[in-house]
Amino acid sequence: MQFNFTDEQDEFRRTIRRFLEDTSPPSEVRRLMETDVGFDPSIWAKLCGTMGLSGIAIPEEYGGQGFGFIELALTLEEMGRSLLCAPYFASTLCAANAILNAGTEAQKKRLLPGIASGETIGTLAVAEASGAWNADAVSTTAKRVGDSFRLDGVKSFVVDGHAADCVVVVAREPGSRGSDGLSFFVVTGEADGLRRRLLTSLDPTRKLAELSFEGVSADLLGEHGAGAEPLSRTLDQAAIGLANEMIGGAQKVLETAVEYAKTRIQFGRPIGSFQAIKHRCADLLLEVENAKSAAYYAAAAEFEGDEDISALACLAKATCSDAYCRAATASIQIHGGVGFTWENDTHLYFKRARSSEAFLGTPDHHREQLLRHWGI
Amino acid sequence: MSEPTEKSVRAEVTTWLEENWSPELSLLEWRRKLADSGWGCPTWPRAWWGRGLPESLGDVVSDAFQRAGAIGVAQGGGTVLAAVTILEHGTDDQKSELLRPILTGEDTWCQLFSEPGSGSDLAGLTTRADLDGDEWIVNGQKVWTTSAHHARFGMLLARTNWDVPKHQGITYFVVEMNQPGVEARGLRQMNGHASFNEVFFTDARIPRANVLGEVGKGWGVALTTLAHERRLADGMRSMVRGSQGKGRAFDEYREEVASVMEPYRWYPQRAGRADLVLERARETGRIEDPVVRQAVAKLLTMMRTSAWTARRAKAARVLGRPPGPEGSLGKLAASELARAAADAHASIAGSDAMLSGVDGPLNGLIAEVLLSVPAVSIAGGTDEIQRNIIGERVLGLPKEPAIDVGKAYRDVPKNLAS
Repeated sequence: MQFNFTDEQDEFRRTIRRFLEDTSPPSEVRRLMETDVGFDPSIWAKLCGTMGLSGIAIPEEYGGQGFGFIELALTLEEMGRSLLCAPYFASTLCAANAILNAGTEAQKKRLLPGIASGETIGTLAVAEASGAWNADAVSTTAKRVGDSFRLDGVKSFVVDGHAADCVVVVAREPGSRGSDGLSFFVVTGEADGLRRRLLTSLDPTRKLAELSFEGVSADLLGEHGAGAEPLSRTLDQAAIGLANEMIGGAQKVLETAVEYAKTRIQFGRPIGSFQAIKHRCADLLLEVENAKSAAYYAAAAEFEGDEDISALACLAKATCSDAYCRAATASIQIHGGVGFTWENDTHLYFKRARSSEAFLGTPDHHREQLLRHWGI
Repeated sequence: MSEPTEKSVRAEVTTWLEENWSPELSLLEWRRKLADSGWGCPTWPRAWWGRGLPESLGDVVSDAFQRAGAIGVAQGGGTVLAAVTILEHGTDDQKSELLRPILTGEDTWCQLFSEPGSGSDLAGLTTRADLDGDEWIVNGQKVWTTSAHHARFGMLLARTNWDVPKHQGITYFVVEMNQPGVEARGLRQMNGHASFNEVFFTDARIPRANVLGEVGKGWGVALTTLAHERRLADGMRSMVRGSQGKGRAFDEYREEVASVMEPYRWYPQRAGRADLVLERARETGRIEDPVVRQAVAKLLTMMRTSAWTARRAKAARVLGRPPGPEGSLGKLAASELARAAADAHASIAGSDAMLSGVDGPLNGLIAEVLLSVPAVSIAGGTDEIQRNIIGERVLGLPKEPAIDVGKAYRDVPKNLAS
């Protein structure tokens, strides 16, 4: 197991950080979060084109860069650090992996190059009104009509679903239950019968949409009725990716809290000299470092094809959610009154932390699943 | 003489062991040979029972000892610390008199640093030593001393000047424990064990020649002792591992190891016994309870993430990268883990948590966990001091303004002796 990033990976991280510092400073995040589309197409084009990040972990034969999950994870970590507003999570992490996991060779060749180049924006629609990301919660149906399928149902919490060109949908055969009868489908964002509604989200830097399907014509992705396995694998990868994104944000709020504690003077001394503040910072460091360990370990395990990956995904998601929420909460507290203002950036991270805590399942849910994966 | 190499050292020490080591010798006979050969402390100077080898070749020697199954020099707790401190700060007379009996195990030592009135603030100690002719007269009290009741010597920190700031008025002494002015009493802990002593000094006497380092420079000497404290656990682990052989020397060695290890019997319980939590939750059926399940999952997660954080630190060390923050967090992480484990044990035990000894769960082991864990966040640097260190040295937060800086220690508020 890899416990350190290689020199090349460190260099790669520095390059991404520089790029994001230039293109996604807080002023830009604030500008984009107020828009409906939620990202800047010219920045997206650079990120995908010059930087090649949209295809980072997509194999070369499908138009990608052919790196592994560790590089994808550290890219997400840096994006979490800068709160990048872009459909990266939806397209590169979720949609591309769903297609890789579920699709046939021909479908991968057809669908992935567009996502790898960034010209196509993909997303993955799994959860519905119940807000659960698992097989049981899928009630959207797919009825066979000749060679094609018709989708009916309502998907929710679809990241960047309002902007996606290519929506990967998980639906079931009418009358099936649980893991049976699940399949993946692909529809275009502009398909007839698909209504898309941008949801008002707690975290305005991450756009969520509700997608209503009424007899929408869809292409089957992969094998009919065999969707449960690729779904679980895709959700594991999404959880590990999200865990890595979260520690990027957690590290950033820790740094800003510590920086503020060094410079803010009260009672004639920097507030960081008070043990009440210093000790809270020390505790945060411990929690954030342990969360990093969980996120990095899970990413390396995913890369190496570890058999325990579903458990590790749960462990990482739960640990990093808790660490990020606590770090963001503490950072506001350490900033005091100014931390509660709109002008200060901490609330942007706080909102991302809270939203990510629930996204893909709460920490409690993941801890319960962790035990079940371990046969406990 | 040519420079020693790994190969030449391995050959030389292996031959020496073949010719000299025998488990049928008495432990003392063997250790005397060993000390005089220099192979017992190969990285020490040749003049002082060593062979002047660099650290890396020292490992070659320990490796050869392990292969031969040979017993090393004595290395019980305080004794090792005394040896390294004397080697660094002692006069030639002190070294020639004191070091050899340490290595052979004839003399054992104890550490007389902590006091009832100075715990985290060790430099605020108030045990006093006053010069009377050719002798220092010591009065005061020490606490948390391991094995004081059978130590021949103590490493003593005492205040010799009250008119200078606290760090500057301390002197490091070697004190004979077996004298009328020194009384060691057992100190019973809240978990019922008595692993430490309190030591009372009433006009105890120390010859002038027994100052280690210079008068008033004891704090710097103490730092040497403290710097080696963290290596103690490793030494003791290797002692236990190496004590399984047959023969007279091993019989005697096992007695020595048992005596050294005796105070630490409850340490696994102090660390919380997280390893037992899942098993306990299963055998009590409490694993069905969703609240217990969350606690178990959190604990299992914490065990893994802390271990991975330690692995990250180690991997960085191996690559020769500068230490990152992950290297400084181990003690605080262990403390949190121990508390979480104790909470889980209590929750799982339910009413049985009210029972101890033969009536308690696992024959009293769970009770011992509950009553030992409070020590983990105090001993060897409290969690609060650890957080100060992390906050200041890792995160770069400013120090708390201290009111005793630059003041004569006489004028600094201090605890009254009870």
